[in-house]
Amino acid sequence: LSRIGDELYLEPTESGLSLRAVNSSRSAFASFLFAPLFFQLYEPGSSGPDTELFRCKVHMKSFLGIFRSLPSLEKSVGKCLILLKPRASRLVLQLHCKYGVTKTHNLAFQECERLQAVFDTQRCASRLCAPARVLTEAVVHFPPTLAEVTLGTGPGGKISLRNYVEEEAGESCRVRGPPPRLVVPSSPPPTPFPPPEPSKTMVTELWLAEDEFQSVAVAPGSHITFCFKEFRGLLSFAEASNLPLTIHFDEPGRPVIFTLDDTVLEVHLVLATLSDLQSNSQSPSTNGVSHLPAPSDDFPDDLESYMAAMETSEGGSEGPPSPTFPLRTPRPAESEPEEEEEEEEEEGAVPGTPPHKKFRSLFFGSVMTPGRPGLATTQEVLAEDSDGES
Amino acid sequence: MCDFLCWRRSDLTSCARIGCVRFPGRPLCSRCPAMPFSAQPPASGERYALSASLDNARHLSSLLRAVHFQDHATCLATASGLRVTVEDAKCIQANAFIQAEIFQEFSVQEESVMFRISLSVLLDCLTIFGTSSLPGTSTALRMCYRGYGYPLMLFLEEGGVVTVCKINTQEPDELLDFDFCSTKVVNKIILQSEGLREAFAELDMTSEVLQITMSPDKPYFRLSTFGNAGSAHLDYPRDSDLMEAFHCNQTQTNRYKVSLLKPSTKALALSCKVSIRTDAQGFLSLQYMIRNEDGQICFVEYYCCPDENITEAEL
Repeated sequence: LSRIGDELYLEPTESGLSLRAVNSSRSAFASFLFAPLFFQLYEPGSSGPDTELFRCKVHMKSFLGIFRSLPSLEKSVGKCLILLKPRASRLVLQLHCKYGVTKTHNLAFQECERLQAVFDTQRCASRLCAPARVLTEAVVHFPPTLAEVTLGTGPGGKISLRNYVEEEAGESCRVRGPPPRLVVPSSPPPTPFPPPEPSKTMVTELWLAEDEFQSVAVAPGSHITFCFKEFRGLLSFAEASNLPLTIHFDEPGRPVIFTLDDTVLEVHLVLATLSDLQSNSQSPSTNGVSHLPAPSDDFPDDLESYMAAMETSEGGSEGPPSPTFPLRTPRPAESEPEEEEEEEEEEGAVPGTPPHKKFRSLFFGSVMTPGRPGLATTQEVLAEDSDGES
Repeated sequence: MCDFLCWRRSDLTSCARIGCVRFPGRPLCSRCPAMPFSAQPPASGERYALSASLDNARHLSSLLRAVHFQDHATCLATASGLRVTVEDAKCIQANAFIQAEIFQEFSVQEESVMFRISLSVLLDCLTIFGTSSLPGTSTALRMCYRGYGYPLMLFLEEGGVVTVCKINTQEPDELLDFDFCSTKVVNKIILQSEGLREAFAELDMTSEVLQITMSPDKPYFRLSTFGNAGSAHLDYPRDSDLMEAFHCNQTQTNRYKVSLLKPSTKALALSCKVSIRTDAQGFLSLQYMIRNEDGQICFVEYYCCPDENITEAEL
């Protein structure tokens, strides 16, 4: 969570204690829900019909400072007591250590709004599930400083990972050329497509066979690009807890959702993905770049429906949604697998960090699938965006 | 009279005492520290104010490191041994005691010998062969001090290689006297150092003070900090396995500057036990019992004044 945001949101709920974080550009959100059974004792407090359970946020560093050295914690701490004292404005963390020693930390907290990302794994066209180890071994090939990585589906059910390289451009207001596409020919994996100018960046591409995954249910020829750092953060947690990681994704621009599931723990990481600037207003030969080979027959169908969606939303939106999170929509009626989802709403996709100028206009033409009900006007969430992006 | 000494000292008496006057007319006498000397340590027949030998220099250097929070230290040598004192801000004093029995040879000609010296330089010299302690290897040390105005000479040998060091000495400072004696102690606790090490290493440095509460009632022994994140309290119950002795008569809460006490962490890390005592004025005495590689016992103690800017403690 500390890889995502500087503040830790604590929200006790009836179904457990939820710890959440969001990044400053609102393009990454994570939540860890610890079921009551995870604890020896769990008392979320009482909430009446008009009052909600108390929630707060604390500085991530302050909270982490209490659990500084994991090896020594494991050796010396017997149990940890967490108390939320609204009236004293303190979050109390008490560690009961060996030799009868007690460490009590009284952290100052801030009251906060409910931090809630809007996402729906059911609406994702593609899903992958792999043991964390497989993905950890795959990402080791990329430099830790890598900003964004592209996940794609290839022929024969193969899955690719590739570092995302920004195309070079001279002007400040960049206009993208043809979007990067993972073409799906019946021949060997595509070679890296030629950028506008010879790129000096090293490109690494890795292909994983379908049988490395526990399950693969993907739309062919799809790809998404998301932030590497937050993904790696979750991956190391998944590996440490030996849980398989499920990746739910859809079209570029729509959020990718990573989930970990356990009997007492539910983890969600929602990351914005880079959109393709594929719209009618763009001339295909803007930069004089040569075209990629024509996409396979499968692809144009997806592309058309995607573009239709773009046009629909741009026409029908009620005005630019707030750069902050949720555009809440009414709950769909379909039933869900038990304990899989906390929320059922869509997230307004925010382009990946760092926010690029070229994506600003795309942002307001936010993606909605056709046929969805119109945007609800209620927006429950979030602190104001201090970036000044809007 | 030695020209060198004449330049440094105008006191004939002290020159005579040192012995330069035995070679009149020579610009520099053979006993003068300015003369290039051979690698041979002086014969033990020489009259040195302080002369000591130690088979393993680490017995000295590790203890000196435990009090090395200022550049300079005051050394006092008496028949019972060597005491090295470091002070800061007129609020804190640390003493390292290496008793005569630790040395293979220890002789002090007068009642006491005292000088001020750069502790940083002294430690650099003592560890000139490196600080890693490989089993079986040790640096042998011979230390000589002719007296007032003379430098401290160190002869260090390891594996047949000899290093000779000469460190200038200065006029000793007047040292603080905390007047801390056992009859004035109000509260006293002896703890196994293991229990405090982590606490001191992880002290919230954003807190200006470390508050120590000692009481016959709960919380018995409590260390508190008040930092940017909030307050933190570390409680040790009187019946804890770590508690070797618990003699608290009165509830006392005193605050000390964290920056002054933090250096004591080094002494704590070396020690096996620590005694914590306070007197009626809130002066703090920390005494660390340190066992060296050969199992011999040495002591390091820290004295600290309470912080005068008392504000209300957070709950």
